[in-house]
Amino acid sequence: MRVKVLSRNPDDYIRETKQDLQRVPRNYDPALHPFEVPREYVRALNATKLERVFAKPFLASLDGHRDGVNCMAKHPQSLSTVLSGACDGEVKIWNLTKRECIRTLQAHEGFVRGICTRFCGTSFFTVGDDKTVKQWKMEGPGYGGKEEPLHTILGKTLYTGIDHHWKEAVFATCGHQVDIWDEQRNSPICSLTWGVDSISSVKFNPIETHLLGSCASDRNIVLYDMRQSTPLKKVILDMRTNTLCWNPMEAFIFTSANEDHNLYTFDMRFLDSSVMVHMDHVSAVLDVDYSPTGKEFVSASFDKSVRIFPVDKGHSREVYHTKRMQHVITVKWTSDNKYILCGSDEMNIRLWKANASEKLGVLVPRERAAMNYNQKLKEKFQHHPQIKRIARHRHLPKPIYNQAKELRIMREARRRKELNRRKHSKPGSLPFVSEKKKHIVAVVK
Amino acid sequence: MMSPLGLHYGAGCRHVDWPRAQSPRSMIGCGGRERKNLARSWRLHAVQALRMEAVAGSRAHGGSAGGGKKKKMTKKLQRYWEGPPPPDTPAGAPSKAKRRHNEKTRPRAGAEGSLQARKVLHGSEAAGQISGKRDPFPGAAPLPQHKVKKFQRGQKSQLAEVSSQRLRDHLALLEQKVELAVQQAARMELLLPEEPGFLEGDPGEDTCTIAQADIAEAADIASATKHFELTLNQFGPYRMDYTRPGRHLLLGGRRGHVAALDWQTKSLLCEINVMETVTDVTWLHTENMFAVAQRRWLYVYDNQGVELNCLKRFNGVLRMEFLPYHFLLATASETGFLQYLDISVGKEVATICTRGGRLGVMGQNPANAIIHLGHSNGTVTLWSPNIKEPLVRMLCHRGGVRAVAVDSSGMYMATSGLDRKLHIYDLRAYQPVQSLVLPVGAGHLSFSQRGLLAATCGEVVQVYRDVPMQPPHKPYLSHTLPWTAHGLRFCPFEDVLGVGHGSGFTSLLVPGAGQANFDALENNPFRSRKQRQEWEVKALLEKIPSELITLDPGQLGQVDAITMEQKHHERVERLGFDPQAKPAFQPRRKLKGRSSAGSLLQRKRKVANEEQRTKIRKSLEQQQAAEQERKAAPRAQSSALDRFRK
Repeated sequence: MRVKVLSRNPDDYIRETKQDLQRVPRNYDPALHPFEVPREYVRALNATKLERVFAKPFLASLDGHRDGVNCMAKHPQSLSTVLSGACDGEVKIWNLTKRECIRTLQAHEGFVRGICTRFCGTSFFTVGDDKTVKQWKMEGPGYGGKEEPLHTILGKTLYTGIDHHWKEAVFATCGHQVDIWDEQRNSPICSLTWGVDSISSVKFNPIETHLLGSCASDRNIVLYDMRQSTPLKKVILDMRTNTLCWNPMEAFIFTSANEDHNLYTFDMRFLDSSVMVHMDHVSAVLDVDYSPTGKEFVSASFDKSVRIFPVDKGHSREVYHTKRMQHVITVKWTSDNKYILCGSDEMNIRLWKANASEKLGVLVPRERAAMNYNQKLKEKFQHHPQIKRIARHRHLPKPIYNQAKELRIMREARRRKELNRRKHSKPGSLPFVSEKKKHIVAVVK
Repeated sequence: MMSPLGLHYGAGCRHVDWPRAQSPRSMIGCGGRERKNLARSWRLHAVQALRMEAVAGSRAHGGSAGGGKKKKMTKKLQRYWEGPPPPDTPAGAPSKAKRRHNEKTRPRAGAEGSLQARKVLHGSEAAGQISGKRDPFPGAAPLPQHKVKKFQRGQKSQLAEVSSQRLRDHLALLEQKVELAVQQAARMELLLPEEPGFLEGDPGEDTCTIAQADIAEAADIASATKHFELTLNQFGPYRMDYTRPGRHLLLGGRRGHVAALDWQTKSLLCEINVMETVTDVTWLHTENMFAVAQRRWLYVYDNQGVELNCLKRFNGVLRMEFLPYHFLLATASETGFLQYLDISVGKEVATICTRGGRLGVMGQNPANAIIHLGHSNGTVTLWSPNIKEPLVRMLCHRGGVRAVAVDSSGMYMATSGLDRKLHIYDLRAYQPVQSLVLPVGAGHLSFSQRGLLAATCGEVVQVYRDVPMQPPHKPYLSHTLPWTAHGLRFCPFEDVLGVGHGSGFTSLLVPGAGQANFDALENNPFRSRKQRQEWEVKALLEKIPSELITLDPGQLGQVDAITMEQKHHERVERLGFDPQAKPAFQPRRKLKGRSSAGSLLQRKRKVANEEQRTKIRKSLEQQQAAEQERKAAPRAQSSALDRFRK
């Protein structure tokens, strides 16, 4: 007879001293882990609920401006520095870690229309209502010194926006035309015009650094190549585009913030159809900024809310609002992909988390592992109705909620009408036009 | 000649790095990943040792060549991280051969395209420098298919059918990750510390003739203490239950004696007499609480014997089953009611009138938490708390059903009846697979974790092995009790079968019954108080709602095709067109008069015909496959009515 009876030595399973870690022998045999799917589902449900519980995105409000915040700029080198220009011509430089203003300067008479930093982070440029372009040093003057710009360029017309080249000592302004300036000169290297209307914003492409995009009040978006003397092409939309932002990871892609409550992502090679229409705002979209990963962007709207959209989704994944926040004029996504800054009408800059339920600070490895595991579970079960419902739910202020409802009814009515019209006309005479093409009037080369 | 040189030596080099990179302390409390690394490093140790031997052998044979190499080694040590050797190394012919080696390994290593592959490549160069021998064990260690199969779940996704390129890439990546996880889990098996028990008789000796005393004598001392008998002949017969980690035992004598104890150390937790008839006892989720079904009502006690709760809505309970993942206590009463109590919140989840008479036979399916009830008319019914009707009703016996048990995989059910038969049913098809006649008929049945079936026939306990596979003509073990058995349970994670009977309790040794290696995050027999508390919190957090009890617990992870279809249909109706429809073929405009109206029509027709043809071909193939299947399937019993079948 040969016999072996299961007999475990407790020393192999119990820790020796109280200072040791507990021993946790694992066996991944599926027979020992019944109800795999239901248990994972319950875990995913709990993770989703906890995510909503911990969703506290608002971090701080930077107050100090004496008028509405009109424009902001990120520091290219320092994550903790941000610059803002207000409607009274004041520019403030903020330290985000201390959440305080470190420098204030009276830059212009009237609005500060645009602000941008030089790629090296040593100086910044502002344009204002007083028809000047000013270059400032990033460091303030010493004790007793006077706040003086490095350079001042007196222009003939009003400037409404400014952006700096990402690699060279060149910047572009917009107003009646797009001007491209060398930093050393007092007159533009070249002026680009197409039509006669005023241009509200100009942006350099961060990858193909010679390319620029601008949007004008005659409802068009014009693309330029700095090396040519004429613009490349333009697309005319239904309504005016307020500003645009290039995708920092994909050179061809840019997103424009439109007056018709939507954002349009375009591929600059194929402007006859937008890549994606992002709808959710209930009022004009005023500003847009990409996350450094190029996967998401944040938009600021006149409806007093900030929304975060994935680039490839038509609807926002997040909406931020507070009771006190008024029309949001400018928004920025910080370069560490963690925070969002928005400047609004009521003189405040607000700091938000980009991921509402993220835990700030250092995570212990177990915490991080649990977080990753929960993230994966949420992803796995995201389409289950119960989980989807909880993950999607956001509280909205009553005006936005009602406005959204109204817009939905209007859209439904329009769709129904079109359906009826199609039903009673000759088949094929009313072609289906997709939402991506519907708002594009023409592409001109 | 597939030169696997690189792969293996690369791995060897990686191993050399490890002890430096990882301090031994981090390996003590290691989780799964480190363990895997350990496994690999262990294997590599072995392989490296072999390689050393091979090298030594070659030295012994070709003395001069070895000497030459030694000289080169002393001249300059070439490290693998320093890149390829300079082209002017001595001896033109060997270096050429080496280069050829490298050329051959390169595409193979590059095909994987990973960091690992690149590392491996460098390793091969280094290895070529050091010994110049070919790897006797190329590639990763082989993994037998049956080991991998154990960890595979579901089917592979059909990538060819996916229309979107992005989705296809995503699924392919997912598939790759799943594959890796499965392989790693299978390799992990090697590290499991314990081996299951076994019992083998001498040639010509039946294992069923071996007495418990002999087994206890032959086994080690610690195991021998697991065979014991408690003589309690005052309050019997006894019902009994083990906790899920298998550490604690609960005894309930019919005349009111209830005792809870740690049966391994034989230390008593509590002992009370409830002064009332006890019909059944069961542990709740931990060893801190147990439920006792008494003559009138159901009571919950803690491990000190203090009465925590008296549930008057549960009266006349005859049998109880605790569903651990749902925190449900299912009770069957003499009036034919099946009741579910959620013990985490103390709420009655469901009360079902089974209309099946007195419910003295009950079992649970541990794989899907379905309750099996046996009735006096020979039927077994399957119940979930969500439906007031039985999910399945099976006619199993000609007489009444005496006992029901379901094995841990949830695939086989054993039933015994008054007709003295023991049937094994396949629960996937609800078909009997085996049946045997027992001389007295089994009064109690129990499956062990590794699939042994214990049955009590009066005072004889018999244990059968591999019952679903072949009809056993002899039991695996047999033991005669001093009195008729009244309760029967295998102890989890131990080779122990507990039997409660008229004069107490007997603990029997059944080698090969228990799962050898436990998972400490699931059930840990050695858990401390703190670990138990932590486990309790986690278990409560992931309590499965009772609504999710279905016959197939994996259903939740499948695509809900019906709802998807319906939603699509609604969308089409709302939009007035099908957004997913394939656009009609529009012939491209071609030059030189080939776009006349006639040729356009011809091209359109050609495409349409091709589509039609593929459709027809597919349906024909399906028909043929069905036909073949029908022909291949053996006709069980040809009946005269077969000619009416389609």
